[in-house]
Amino acid sequence: MPGINSPAELEELRKDILLKRDPNKPCITLCSGTACQATGSEKVAAAIEQEIEKQGLEAEIDFRRTGCHGFCEKGPIVVIYPEEICYLQVQPDDVEEIVSQTILAKKVIDRLLYVDPITGEKIVHESEIPFYKNQMRLLIGNNTKIDPKSIDDYLALGGYSALSKSLFEMTPEQVLEEIKKANLRGRGGGGFPAGMKWETTRNAPEEVKYVIVNAHEGEPGAFMDRALFTGNPHSVLEGLIIGAYAIGSHQGYIYTRHDTPQLIDNIAIALTQAKEYGLLGENILGSGFSFNVEVHLDIGIFVSGESSALMKAIEGRTPEPRPKYIHTSVSGIWEKPSNLNNVETWANVPPIINRGSEWFSSIGTEQSKGTKLISLAGNISNTGVVEVPMGTSLRKVIYDIGGGIPNGKKVKAVHIGGPLGGSIPESLLDTPVDFDELAKVGAPMGAGGMIIMDEDTCMVDVARYFLNFLTDESCGKCVPCREGIRQMLKILTNITEGSGKEGDIELLEELSEVTRDASLCALGGGASNPVLTTIRYFRDEYEAHIKEKKHPAKKQEL
Amino acid sequence: MDNNKIDKIINKYQGDASSLIQVLLEIQRENRWLPKEVLEKVSKKLKVPLSQIQHIATFYKAFSLVPRGRHEINVCTGTACHVRGSSRILDAVHRTTGVGPGETDSDLKFSLETCNCLGCCALGPVMVVDGKHHGKIAPAKAEDVLKNYD
Repeated sequence: MPGINSPAELEELRKDILLKRDPNKPCITLCSGTACQATGSEKVAAAIEQEIEKQGLEAEIDFRRTGCHGFCEKGPIVVIYPEEICYLQVQPDDVEEIVSQTILAKKVIDRLLYVDPITGEKIVHESEIPFYKNQMRLLIGNNTKIDPKSIDDYLALGGYSALSKSLFEMTPEQVLEEIKKANLRGRGGGGFPAGMKWETTRNAPEEVKYVIVNAHEGEPGAFMDRALFTGNPHSVLEGLIIGAYAIGSHQGYIYTRHDTPQLIDNIAIALTQAKEYGLLGENILGSGFSFNVEVHLDIGIFVSGESSALMKAIEGRTPEPRPKYIHTSVSGIWEKPSNLNNVETWANVPPIINRGSEWFSSIGTEQSKGTKLISLAGNISNTGVVEVPMGTSLRKVIYDIGGGIPNGKKVKAVHIGGPLGGSIPESLLDTPVDFDELAKVGAPMGAGGMIIMDEDTCMVDVARYFLNFLTDESCGKCVPCREGIRQMLKILTNITEGSGKEGDIELLEELSEVTRDASLCALGGGASNPVLTTIRYFRDEYEAHIKEKKHPAKKQEL
Repeated sequence: MDNNKIDKIINKYQGDASSLIQVLLEIQRENRWLPKEVLEKVSKKLKVPLSQIQHIATFYKAFSLVPRGRHEINVCTGTACHVRGSSRILDAVHRTTGVGPGETDSDLKFSLETCNCLGCCALGPVMVVDGKHHGKIAPAKAEDVLKNYD
């Protein structure tokens, strides 16, 4: 494959790819995301390949192994196009029937369909299943249609047209302006406007600048970035190249964890293909703009996701954050201006360039635009990756998409934002998914992990759990974080074990304040959130533990 | 661990000091732990002080400075698994193998680690043994699974 040298050649190639594809040809897609792999998607894939070969249908049927479809609860998932027939929890034994009945005889197999738990109705099409119907899948939606290892699949869906538009129809300033106008806010946790961050790096005096994809995702219970990046790596890469063009950077880094083999493979393949096609490397699409990307695999402890710590790790040093009176966007990797954004933020860039900032800012709320990916997990019927417009209420996410709480239990609390986030009670379920609204109730959105907890969950134990996690993950460089979290954990452990004392709650509040105000980075700064929110909304549980030596949630004595 | 393999890994990164973490990771993958002699060799080859290597090697729990067991047990203690009872799985593993998180038994049969989210929360609680996922696992089932290893 010779490199593409102009936008016209890119469109020519896209036309060729589409011409070779018959939209009416049956295509079996199989989810190969992490959860589906763990439930046997590999074996189903082998069975499909065997069956196609056995029946001599290689020319008649396409088979595509895709990234995560999101509905992890019901995996492995098979979707058959063009009809979009969706089969859930498919086992190798079902494959023969799928090929002979659904593909050849055009008959739907009832027993593999989704059954609505309330009405008992069977649903044939993936997009009509309530889990999907109530979402707006702008970023993750293409996951079901493409093989992440095929750049042609991405091109067939219009991929890299935003890059071509940026390079040939827009100046770097115009690209930057568009992102600023769209008011795209960072999806990694801070919610800082991406355009402003880009501008700082662009205007920083140094010649050499870096752009970085933060694909670290160290938050327990969050798996949406991995799902997006593994399932559609080119969408993130395209965003990164556009960003580099706007910022004036010629070197990018993808920072990810060493323990995600599938993601690492897919990134490596995507980079190789993009290079071959002339979409990455020297003189991209003949525009004169050059940009290279290096992958940095790291071990990934929680603090490595913090920007200054992450950049130290890229330099080969221990990931310890530094004070940020000079931002990393001015002085980052090897003291060069370095712009870091999270996976989801980068993936938002191509659609903004293609469809314009006005379209983007028409979605969402006043201050939070676009959609948000959420990992829905915990005591919930439909665990999975969900994408909703900003402004969607938590209640809608939990009930309409998540299918409510299993075993007839009630929601007690929702924990949002991982270890630096907060737990809010059932009474606040009408709070919208919005950076500022969630921060107001004490549960900053973070990267988008949402853990649902039922009535049997002990909230003091939840706070203890997060602090236990954070003591391990704190780098130990600054005293307020290292010692503050440890002391809070001690008190919380005492309370959960029945040796809490009067005054412990007040002491926790005091320690929270010092840890928050005096720590170097966001880890210490947010570490007290789980403690403060559980005290704020579930103080009676703390008191029952301390005064009555009771476990109210578990209705037990301590 | 033989010297050739170490050299090969170091050469792959062209002796670049900023690839220290990658080099250690590959050695750990190959050898399952990092012996002292190996670290000394890395120090010399990459021209990084041993103290800095020690800093990295002890900072991350993914690195082991002691020999590891033949089988790796990983119990996910991410939030979703936690609210679904992963601590009971840890107890069950401890009952069967006698090891707690971060430990290896004296026969070098099992090493147990906890991790903070495997990204398959739908299957929680999850236990992984030598790369094989056991999802929605009950404590008794975890004990049964481990009895099949020797």
